[in-house]
Amino acid sequence: MENIFIVGLLAATLRVATPLIFGTLGELFSERSGVLNLGIEGIMFLGAFVGFTAAKLTGSLWLGLLMAIIAGVIAGLVMALLTVRLGVNQHVSGLGLTLLWTALSLFGFRMIFGEPSVMPSISTFPTISPFEGVPYLGTIFEQRLLTYIAFALIPLVGWIINRTRFGLNIRAVGENPEAADAAGLNVYRIRTQSQMIGGALMAVGGAFLSQAMLGAMSFGIISGRGWVCIALIIFANWKAIGVLWGSLLFGGFFALQLALQATGIKLPYELLMTLPYIVTILALTIAGRNVSVPSALLKPYQRE
Amino acid sequence: MNAIQMTGITKRFGDLVANDNVDFELKAGEIHALLGENGAGKTTLMRILYGLYHADEGDIQVNGRRVSIVSPKDAIHNRIGMVTQHFTLVSTLTVAENLTLGEKGSITINKRTIEQKISDAAEQYGIPVKPDALISSLSVGERQRVEILKALNRNAKVLILDEPTAVLVPQEVDVLFEVLERLRKSGLSVVFISHKLNEVMALCDRISVLRLGKMAGTVVKGETNKTELACMMVGHETFGVKRQGKAPRGKVILRVENLSLRDKKGLDTLRDVSFEVHTGEILGIAGVSGNGQSELTGILSGTIKPTGGQFHLEDRNLTGTEPLQITRAGIGRIAEDRHASLVGELTVAENIALEYLDEFVSHGVLDRKKIHQNAEKLIKEYDIKARPEDRLRTLSGGNMQKVILARTLSREPKFVLASQPTRGLDVGATDYVDHRLLDQRDRGAAVLLLSEDLDEIMSLSDRVAVIYEGQIVGILPIEEVTREKLGLMMCGSIGKQKT
Ligand SMILES: Nc1ncnc2c1ncn2[C@@H]1O[C@H](COP(=O)(O)OP(=O)(O)OP(=O)(O)O)[C@@H](O)[C@H]1O
Ligand SMILES: [Mg+2]
Repeated sequence: MENIFIVGLLAATLRVATPLIFGTLGELFSERSGVLNLGIEGIMFLGAFVGFTAAKLTGSLWLGLLMAIIAGVIAGLVMALLTVRLGVNQHVSGLGLTLLWTALSLFGFRMIFGEPSVMPSISTFPTISPFEGVPYLGTIFEQRLLTYIAFALIPLVGWIINRTRFGLNIRAVGENPEAADAAGLNVYRIRTQSQMIGGALMAVGGAFLSQAMLGAMSFGIISGRGWVCIALIIFANWKAIGVLWGSLLFGGFFALQLALQATGIKLPYELLMTLPYIVTILALTIAGRNVSVPSALLKPYQRE
Repeated sequence: MNAIQMTGITKRFGDLVANDNVDFELKAGEIHALLGENGAGKTTLMRILYGLYHADEGDIQVNGRRVSIVSPKDAIHNRIGMVTQHFTLVSTLTVAENLTLGEKGSITINKRTIEQKISDAAEQYGIPVKPDALISSLSVGERQRVEILKALNRNAKVLILDEPTAVLVPQEVDVLFEVLERLRKSGLSVVFISHKLNEVMALCDRISVLRLGKMAGTVVKGETNKTELACMMVGHETFGVKRQGKAPRGKVILRVENLSLRDKKGLDTLRDVSFEVHTGEILGIAGVSGNGQSELTGILSGTIKPTGGQFHLEDRNLTGTEPLQITRAGIGRIAEDRHASLVGELTVAENIALEYLDEFVSHGVLDRKKIHQNAEKLIKEYDIKARPEDRLRTLSGGNMQKVILARTLSREPKFVLASQPTRGLDVGATDYVDHRLLDQRDRGAAVLLLSEDLDEIMSLSDRVAVIYEGQIVGILPIEEVTREKLGLMMCGSIGKQKT
């Protein structure tokens, strides 16, 4: 009995962690290049909507995902236009875009589906079980391809940031854009590219929720996961590997409260739902002390 | 054919003409000094050449070919490299990573390969650097060498150095000069921005002088001398200040008794420091930097708490009080680091009001008009070349220092704490600051002057104290002071003697 509980918990942890990993890695690209993207909540919502809708209309889940990615890239581009090209305040742009993308998605949903009595749905991405039949492992690793991709992305992103020329450029413009400029790098272009990649990853995080978890679209589908990613990036100390620990921590406690709800524990479920957030805040206060925040974060670069 | 030919360059910032129809030429294989007072437009001219600023008028030729340089990328492409006053290195990256930045090449970066490449280059040019060290762990001199190597690594044939020696200790200056000599031999051209006549005469082949944004002329080293250069820089000849007469010794203003400081590592950085400063006198404190000067000024300005001893202003014990109380009590500070006592993003007027904000407040709201008027008055009085509403960071070093002087001295403090007040300033500005300090003395204030520049100490002070390893090794009246004596005391060869 207990084993089943724990196995279920672990499986759920991986599932819950998946969109967080996508979102936080997206934010990682953005912030390492010096831009705080508070549009993440809205971009995830946009990704969820576009992914779901395109999949529903074309009948192809993968085509839906591709459309979500394109939407994310465009959303990143808009953020870059405001914050990188025009040097608008990053907080204001991000929050404004979150409102915009959320409202646009809801509007689009209405336009396309009207007000149906039965919510439209799609069949979700199938699960893949590499350990089929193996006790415990078989159940834990009964996940969607996107979950495996998310975990594989962590070392990949770490490698890109630390070991490639592109990553070096991102780190340079995020730490000292003047120096990068003097070295002949195009600060605007590198920051814009980081925004586009970041937007794509965030959108995939959102699409995972609608296309893999729910198979439907709802108003509360993201419900603050974007903001959690903003916290996780600090917890992760702006390092890819930290994203793994952060997402697992939050995912773990989220799964735990789900499981506790299911056991019929005598606590209001609203209270249980606060658990992962409280743990995240606690973890932040402890881990947040030793932060290596990119020096140029929030600072628009303008050549004199 | 010249390596670089700049013709008719004009650059305006608002109403200010930073470069006014300037012609400049650089021959291949020469070290060419660009000399001028603070704010003369030296940095601006070279930033234009390196694509960091855009000229409003004029054109640039490289090796006889007209080129358009709108970004550093273009400059690099034309084989021009620049080491700016504020280094442009990413401090969280390693030396090798910084040097690779901006290069085209493989998608991935192999640490070992790039580090090897950098070692090879370092050896080839004879510039010692550690490829795998983080920039944040390097000394200023080492960072500068990384900057130079960075430019060379991009195949620069023209190297621009903006006041490279301002930040260096004397030994590092020697290293730098050796490097530059070697580069000249290998055919490089160097533009050496400076306002130190000694260095210019020691190193350079030709010298161009900028004055108030205009080119005052170019001369060959062999055919000129320091006096002529100084004259070209400021447009008039006389320099050097002297104290007038002996001050009648007034009452004691500042009394320092047995100040001691033990730092976190348990080292004694100050040991039993005692002295008095009287009204109407300048007490100079000579010493090689790092012998306790910054700790002493820190204690006297309230930013460091001493571990022993005390100091009184008149009869008030100010030991361990907050900087605000200390300013209130009548101590005016001219700090060692200009940038730390000014806020670059604020305007000149706001910076002037900064230490005494509550005097510019009415009903809890800042009185902008009063701040502005106050600034206008002081800008005129202290001859600051800026407008009240200019952002402070756009000012040249000399003008920044004048802002500090205006802020501090206009309050007529009883005691003036001046540490390194002329560091990084040109002859004109130095002259100005020195005169202002003498004015303070004549007004009856007590002045404590900390400086590494013996000439300055000797021409301004009424008495000279020497600090060595956190101790005052002696205090001499100016009549008994000789360079030799000070020199020996500064390196600890003559022991304690008091007057
Ligand atoms: N970005 C800017 N905006 C406005 N004014 C500027 C800017 N950069 C320089 N200036 C002004 O142009 C003038 C020339 O400045 P510049 O920095 O070229 O002087 P400099 O000769 O290098 O002086 P220093 O010896 O102090 O470095 C100064 O009056 C300065 O205040
Ligand atoms: Mg300059």
